[in-house]
Amino acid sequence: MYAQMVKSTGQGVKSLDEMEPQERAFQERINAGEKIEPKDWMPAGYRKNLIRQIGQHAHSEIVGQLPEGNWITRAPTLERKAILLAKVQDEAGHGLYLYCAAETLGVSRDELTEDLLSGKMKYSSIFNYPTLTWADMGAVGWLVDGAAIMNQVPLQRTSYGPYARAMVRICKEESFHQRQGYDIMMKMAQGTPAQKRMAQDALNRFWYPSLMMFGPSDADSVHSAQSMAWKIKMNTNDELRQKFVDQTVPQAEYLGLTVPDETLEWNDDKGGYDFAEPDWSEFFDVIKGNGPCNVERLAARNKAWDDGKWVREGLLAHAEKRASKKVAAE
Amino acid sequence: MSAPNSAYPDIPEAQPEKPKRHEWPLWEIFIRGQHGMSHRHVGSLHAPDAEMAIKNARDVYTRRNEGVSIWAVEARHIAASSPGDKGPFYEPSESKVYRHPTFFDIPDEVGAM
Ligand SMILES: [Fe+2]
Ligand SMILES: [Fe+2]
Ligand SMILES: [Fe+2]
Repeated sequence: MYAQMVKSTGQGVKSLDEMEPQERAFQERINAGEKIEPKDWMPAGYRKNLIRQIGQHAHSEIVGQLPEGNWITRAPTLERKAILLAKVQDEAGHGLYLYCAAETLGVSRDELTEDLLSGKMKYSSIFNYPTLTWADMGAVGWLVDGAAIMNQVPLQRTSYGPYARAMVRICKEESFHQRQGYDIMMKMAQGTPAQKRMAQDALNRFWYPSLMMFGPSDADSVHSAQSMAWKIKMNTNDELRQKFVDQTVPQAEYLGLTVPDETLEWNDDKGGYDFAEPDWSEFFDVIKGNGPCNVERLAARNKAWDDGKWVREGLLAHAEKRASKKVAAE
Repeated sequence: MSAPNSAYPDIPEAQPEKPKRHEWPLWEIFIRGQHGMSHRHVGSLHAPDAEMAIKNARDVYTRRNEGVSIWAVEARHIAASSPGDKGPFYEPSESKVYRHPTFFDIPDEVGAM
């Protein structure tokens, strides 16, 4: 998802009887649906895992601004431009909410940023694909934000209080994102033959990368089992992917577009679609840094950070100078 | 009860001898909604000073008319009770059921009260 393949302790899930009293009490609180708050005792693995997951999620929101930022100056109308700008600004806010949630665990935002910029921490694979036409703005809002919503809605119930609260805020805004994307797709799909071709092409290119957002099947993963026991992951990757496909296929049909999967078929027994898996070797390659835009994305973030250095330092120096003057005057 | 301390965890295992960083401080943001309610904690953000904290809060936390008034408090100035105190700290109120109006049986004939 926005946080893909986050590794936990890797030791498998302990039963309550195997736990020390403190850890057992912690797990029982989670089982009872209680929220864990920043100053509560928590296992070191829970803290570490959450920092990775929330950090990766935050980085995805921030890097995720780039593919859409690419089209702000070229939006077809002033209204579309204002809408896209608002959407991209929202994503900056999502990054901020999530960094703040991570900071309650004892890590600073700047540290997380540095780990993103050095490549030590990851962001979602989806943002390493280019946005080639205006129809891609439709496809990103519809599919990418749509896939993100699938994952974020259940995370509103996650066990860690600050993370859950950040998710509540984010989910309120995401539905605007998906709708504005679908609105663009409708316009394009009902437009001239050339516009319709652009819409189909955008769907073709974003379909499988969107399915990859949920990560490879993790039904047998010890990492996922631990995360689910801790309620920092609420569903398996396959469950979410299935839900996404079932929701999205009828939406594509409404647009008169074809999902680029010849095997796609409704399965009455399972009450969902059968569909083709994305190419997981491509996914691992993108994660490793070899996607079409990895280098460009990280370079853009590094440049923004470096170019902003004098502003960060200047404003801090100004604030400190004013504070010391005030002290001197008292 | 331990002395009041910060709202954030103080966990040595998450901070293994990290060098002191020179960053914009963290501010907690409180917003009063449209309908005359008290200010409510909505989240936090970084800013060099109070003025910028309020401007940033306006940009992040009131993008959809969520508020008519903003408070910004530097996070390090917040004193917090400690979670370990939970039981004993709040215990004095547990036995005082008579503080609730439902403790008293008032006959129906008396009317609304
Ligand atoms: Fe977002
Ligand atoms: Fe997003
Ligand atoms: Fe979004």
